[in-house]
Amino acid sequence: MYSLLVPSFCAINKLSSALFQGGNYIFEFDSFADRDICREFVAAAIAFHGETGKSTSEKPAAALQDEQLSTAEMEHRIKLLQEDNELQRLHKQFVIGGILTEAEFWATRKKLLDQNDRRKPKQRVALKNEMWSVKPLSDGQSNRVTFNLTPEIIHQIFAEKPAVRQAYLKFVPNKMSEKEFWTKYSRAEYLHSTKNVVAAAAEAAEDEELAVFLKQDDMLTNEARRKIRRVDPTLDMEADVGDDYMHLPDHGLLREESKDVLDSQYEPYRRYFSQDLNQHAAVVLQGRVVDVELGDTRSVAEALARTKQAELANEVSDGNLEKDLSHRISRVAEIEDLQGPRDLAVAPLCIKDPRDYFDSQQANALKPLGDAGSGVKTLKFNVSSVEAYGSLRELISEIRVTGLSEPITDPEVAFKVLSGLTQNISSTKYHLGKSPHESILDSLPKVTKEDLLHHWTSIQELLKHFWSSYPITTKYLYTKVTRLKDAMSQVYPKLQEIKESVQSDFRHQVSLLVQPMLQALDAAFAHYDADVQKRSAKSGERPNGFM
Amino acid sequence: MTIPTKKKMAPAASKLYADDVSLLMVLIDTNPFFWNSINTSLSFSKFISNVLAFLNSILLLNQLNQVVVIATGYNSCDYIFDSSALQNHNQKGESLLQKLEEFVDKDESLCRDDSVDGPGFSLLSGSLSMALCYIQKVFRSGPLHPRPRILCLHGSPDGPGQYVAIMNAIFSAQRSMVPIDSCIIGAQHSAFLQQASYITSGIYLKPQLLDGLFQYLTTVFATDLHSRSFLQLPKPVGVDFRAACFCHKNTIDMGYICSVCLSIFCKHHKKCSTCGSVFGQAQTQDSSTPDRKRKTSVDN
Repeated sequence: MYSLLVPSFCAINKLSSALFQGGNYIFEFDSFADRDICREFVAAAIAFHGETGKSTSEKPAAALQDEQLSTAEMEHRIKLLQEDNELQRLHKQFVIGGILTEAEFWATRKKLLDQNDRRKPKQRVALKNEMWSVKPLSDGQSNRVTFNLTPEIIHQIFAEKPAVRQAYLKFVPNKMSEKEFWTKYSRAEYLHSTKNVVAAAAEAAEDEELAVFLKQDDMLTNEARRKIRRVDPTLDMEADVGDDYMHLPDHGLLREESKDVLDSQYEPYRRYFSQDLNQHAAVVLQGRVVDVELGDTRSVAEALARTKQAELANEVSDGNLEKDLSHRISRVAEIEDLQGPRDLAVAPLCIKDPRDYFDSQQANALKPLGDAGSGVKTLKFNVSSVEAYGSLRELISEIRVTGLSEPITDPEVAFKVLSGLTQNISSTKYHLGKSPHESILDSLPKVTKEDLLHHWTSIQELLKHFWSSYPITTKYLYTKVTRLKDAMSQVYPKLQEIKESVQSDFRHQVSLLVQPMLQALDAAFAHYDADVQKRSAKSGERPNGFM
Repeated sequence: MTIPTKKKMAPAASKLYADDVSLLMVLIDTNPFFWNSINTSLSFSKFISNVLAFLNSILLLNQLNQVVVIATGYNSCDYIFDSSALQNHNQKGESLLQKLEEFVDKDESLCRDDSVDGPGFSLLSGSLSMALCYIQKVFRSGPLHPRPRILCLHGSPDGPGQYVAIMNAIFSAQRSMVPIDSCIIGAQHSAFLQQASYITSGIYLKPQLLDGLFQYLTTVFATDLHSRSFLQLPKPVGVDFRAACFCHKNTIDMGYICSVCLSIFCKHHKKCSTCGSVFGQAQTQDSSTPDRKRKTSVDN
């Protein structure tokens, strides 16, 4: 049994060579994250060993001794690989296949690695929707009522009732301890639940701190007023299902509003259910504003207070909000005569996926370099400018004199043109698809298309590393180039296979698509051979030790 | 990026115009050396008469259509016709030809070469820029304007010295969502215009029968942008995306790239001629191996 606390890549590799001496091993981990990391690498190691045999297992272990990667980086790489299928395929093909080392593979992808090293978990837990309804545990015998306050509930209370939060910050730990504070609060809640407004007023008169909990929340009213100023006065008349509030009284919640008419002195102690409900809904929809550990009550209160302060400061300094709102209003309820000039509509610029350009390269396959497609030879004689301009002028005056001819085009020629165009359009539509940017690729079977694109990206990757290794100065580069060359030579039969696997009507198109890839590989090989020849010529001895 | 040609992409207020109102900028190639060297059946006079008939038909399609013609000369470019600025509607052809003659005179006076070999290059980048400036002016003229597009009637070969300017014009047209259509009347394909039409979702066509140029123009290039969403128009097989090297202006497949400004060179250079960055020492004695250069100093 092996117990791994912080796996590192080198440890795994040493382990993996030990693994293949035989026997079964059981690993024990402290957390799921560790286990996942380990699992990835063991799987990779198994696959690697399975494919390439033991002899090459030394090489990656040796090469990787140089790189001490932290767990976080390892995790990050795994995550990147998991998210991008294409990347994973390339990684599997080259790194596990021994053609490139891990370091080389990631060397060209530094940007990916630098990005969001510490990402938040994608899913954030929201606040509970349940309103903390007063359901204290009370045993029927004694007069004790027990309230359960979890950190979660405390967080919610602080978010929904700013007065309580402020009271907490003020009173604890100066005037009373936390326990006393919550006891008082619970007492206030209990009083409210009994709907006895008069009793509440009486208790509030005695206990100043209790009064804070019993009165209506002034801070809340101020917030509400601020929000009202920002309400969008335009009305969206579209009705939807959510507007049905007729069927469930009080939306299914337990509280009931008492309809007694009380004296005005009791008014401040009255609580309105609809206010509570609205505030609760607003807070839940806003979600978690602070990311503090819920255990420490004081820090939660302070964090929430800080957030509210920041919001307030932002609102005050952000005059733009008002401007944006008025813009929006004027756009929606438009009076055209009074509008000023509007900004121009522009298309956003974006960087396209290079794979979209893949099939346009087939045009290059047909045209050799330097030949710009001139079938007609232009006369290359030397013309004096006087002559040229003179003849142009003559032609213009000719038109002025003769005017437009009638008919403007010979009808037969026009007919030929029209039928030629029609035929051209219908044949390209048949072959290449309807929209201007649809391509032959889409009409191939999906597997073939995926294969072709994957081959293209892997050839690009190989060529990238190949060309960047020149000029060869060190032994390392030399071995790298040899590795790459071997890998590249294996691509030819694969491409041939794809060509043959397609139906005969597509074969021509596929070979056109494959052609640029072959050309690129050929160019690389030509360069490799030329370089090898130069080296052997320079060093003055023949390869293989021949004289 | 696919440019949707549906109405919802047009500025909101042009819904007061019918869908198919268009502003057509026509750039005609008036390079005299090209017209002199061409030996196919299309002479300049025939060309102009076809174009005039085409412009008339555009203006007939919709009362609100506008046409602007820019002449692309050897030394200069200029506007020679603007349908919205015309008082006497019966004299359109006359006024165009008049202006064209004046333009040719002016162009000749600016000519510094006594003689030129072959077809020479016309200033396509200049006329594209002028067309785009006019379009921007129309955009800013008020909430109501027709939908603009550019039609290049081009025959001269691509001038490699204009590569950067043309690419800039193409990207600016793409951003303003203005399609660039190309009709090639010369002998060879134009890689620049192929790219232009591909990137801006325009149409690229090299007519086989130049006699019937009018038929090509009315069938393919007279279509307005709204109709293109449901009309089938010819599209080329592939686009030549190869770049031209900045030192000799040859089209190349493999070369050297400056890692600062991405300028392309076909041979090893000590310094980038575009941004002035100094290249690192080549580590091999063989100076013709293409490889990536690493930057050593960035001061400019």
